[in-house]
Amino acid sequence: MKDESKDKATHATPILDELEGGKWPSFITGLKHLRDEGTPSNRAIMNDLLGQLEHSYEEKLGFWKGGTISVRGYGGGIIPRFSEVADRFPASKEFHTLRVMPPPGFHYTTDVLRKMCDIWEEYGSGLIAFHGQSGDIMFQGTTSENTQPAFDALNELGFDLGGAGPALRTAMSCVGHARCEQSCFDEQRAHRLMINTFLDEMHRPSLPYKFKFKFSGCGNDCVNAIQRADFAVIGTWRDDIKINQEKVKEHVAKVGRKYTIDTVVSMCPTRAISLNDDDTLEIDNQSCVRCMHCINVMTKALSPGDDKGVSILIGGKRSLKVGDLLGTMIVPFMKLETDEDFEKLEEFGETVIEFFADNALEHERVGETIDRIGLPAFLEAVGVDPDPNMVNHPRTSSYVRTDDFDEEAAKWFERKAAKAQISAE
Amino acid sequence: MNQVADKPRMPDEIGVPDAFPFMHPVLKANYGNWDWHDRPRPGVLHHVSKSGDEVWTVRAGTQRQMDVFTIRKLCDIGDDFADGHVRFTTRSNIEYMVTDPAKVDPLIEKLESEGFPVGGTGASVSMISHTQGWLHCDIPGTDASGVVKSLMDVLYDEFVQEKMPNRVRITTSCCQINCGGQGDIAVNVQYTKPPRINHDLVANVCERPAVVARCPVAAIRPAMVNGKPSLEVDEKKCVCCGACYPPCPPMQINGKEETRIAIWVGGKHSNARSKPTFHKLAVANLPNNPPHWPEVAEVVRKIVHAYKTNAKHWERMGEWIERIGWNRFFDMTGLAFTKHHLDTWTGARKTMNMSAHIHF
Repeated sequence: MKDESKDKATHATPILDELEGGKWPSFITGLKHLRDEGTPSNRAIMNDLLGQLEHSYEEKLGFWKGGTISVRGYGGGIIPRFSEVADRFPASKEFHTLRVMPPPGFHYTTDVLRKMCDIWEEYGSGLIAFHGQSGDIMFQGTTSENTQPAFDALNELGFDLGGAGPALRTAMSCVGHARCEQSCFDEQRAHRLMINTFLDEMHRPSLPYKFKFKFSGCGNDCVNAIQRADFAVIGTWRDDIKINQEKVKEHVAKVGRKYTIDTVVSMCPTRAISLNDDDTLEIDNQSCVRCMHCINVMTKALSPGDDKGVSILIGGKRSLKVGDLLGTMIVPFMKLETDEDFEKLEEFGETVIEFFADNALEHERVGETIDRIGLPAFLEAVGVDPDPNMVNHPRTSSYVRTDDFDEEAAKWFERKAAKAQISAE
Repeated sequence: MNQVADKPRMPDEIGVPDAFPFMHPVLKANYGNWDWHDRPRPGVLHHVSKSGDEVWTVRAGTQRQMDVFTIRKLCDIGDDFADGHVRFTTRSNIEYMVTDPAKVDPLIEKLESEGFPVGGTGASVSMISHTQGWLHCDIPGTDASGVVKSLMDVLYDEFVQEKMPNRVRITTSCCQINCGGQGDIAVNVQYTKPPRINHDLVANVCERPAVVARCPVAAIRPAMVNGKPSLEVDEKKCVCCGACYPPCPPMQINGKEETRIAIWVGGKHSNARSKPTFHKLAVANLPNNPPHWPEVAEVVRKIVHAYKTNAKHWERMGEWIERIGWNRFFDMTGLAFTKHHLDTWTGARKTMNMSAHIHF
């Protein structure tokens, strides 16, 4: 039943109305649907929310301010929003977001989505985003009073709050093992292990600044881990690319020799591929950098090797405050199959987080800390030995004190000898 | 729940939930055992397991900010066609997995008839990854969902087909913090004026040393203004980044005219072929003109068109520009190259051409 008295107070939204044309799905149509046919409380909230949004479009300004709202036992995970124009739009004067961690890979049953809808219809505005840039499900628009019961209901459903503020943040992982042949490790296991082990750092923020994990099954890095994560785990392999030469021939027969050369051979970043006269491929695996390009093009003929594992890159972030940083290769290869391997990953994560907690300045990301103190000091702190895979090239500046060079070189040869012995065994 | 009034419910610290109870049965059964894939048509992925199992995934665009009615409609479709399971991509597309290829066409028809475009796979322009904007952010220079809706209306045909040289990842961000992330094309707010300070509020609202520390160019210092402790900005040093605004809202960085839009190109997250890269400035000072951002849409359209008609198959935007040279990029897109394209930040020298290589 439509509430006639509400209709009279419906805010005009001439600018937002323009966003209902065009072919792409319109969120404004959705907001209006809630305003017109939602539960009585959703209707009131959405009417004023639309009013405030229209006002923002008129004034070209935002009208939300933050604050402090949390649920019992936690210090983070809620993004509080109080309207600065609440006198005109009182029903949406409090419009807080609950950041809720999704299952790795963003899998849902329709049953659980419907239950989320029911909860948010009751305690919130009826507006949910799948997903925010943080990777969270964003339950948008609840009051200070309803924040706790909304969380309780979602928590009873089996979900937990994500991160916000100076804390461990919600992680993301690609679809990976669940539906991708290029996946080189169990992303879901790694994702759950790392976040759930350090969950305290998420729920009770006490780090210098945010700390993000992201997990991509291969170098295609579908969750932008290297660009966006403090701790990026990227799948890779160390044996040879697997080639099905019959499928290579089929591919060449289908697309042509020139096209194969132009799109596969010529595009290999390390010139590691050549096309043989009989339309089979030859790959120089020691020169291959596991970039994934040829495998992306020839999905049936080529695939990652069998000796799979992960690379770990540390320190990716966007501009604030020293400028953009891409993650830097810190662990070129680590097996990640056995329980023991996963324990090692967990231990390394703990070492890096502890280093960050102890050494970063307030509001400094770990990549900035590394820049400030230099990579050698970071490596020493986290117990990792220098490796040529960490650099594009060795230093070009001579301004360095090298009187202990021989001792350092001896360590390198010792490590090489130890490795040789392990592989001989 | 029955709770005793004096014993409040404490959280069950579940953490990241297990995905297996939510995962489509055929994905669960073949976890870690997939063999190869192909794309039978735009918007559809076909994966084959080493076990011989096959699954077809139909991908559709959504508005990301979804009302419960839209979500329930997507659930109904999932119940009718996909055994009650769905997943989302990192770019807010929804995916339905079906094991019977005969269901693919009817599912596509159903999604399209309900207004959800099927596409976003392979060499397409996928959904724009974006931020919260005026709808929910406390520091936005513009809206996110609205302008993204307008841009996706313009780019709709490139979402539903795979006719680009390679995938095109577009992002938008409503301030210079750039929560939308790197992109082949990134449309970001770029402030053009130093903050306007409400000196009456600074002392009560802002933790002044923290604000001073936040400035990347050390342009903020404590000052007494009208007898009140406040902050002042050395406007000659200020780079108008807006970093002081979140910790100190009385330092208003946004304005009707001052908040402008910049477009950046050539960001790439993948390691395929070239290493990951950041996006680079293409044009700044475009008007922040919602709801349709016509000036922005026109530049995006031009850049997408130039890339589409000139890049080789599999070249991403940044790789294409590296091959043809920035000279030709600016020519082809009709954009200007100015002194503001010359980087002045830490490490700028590494962005310069330190060789005799030139493009004509």
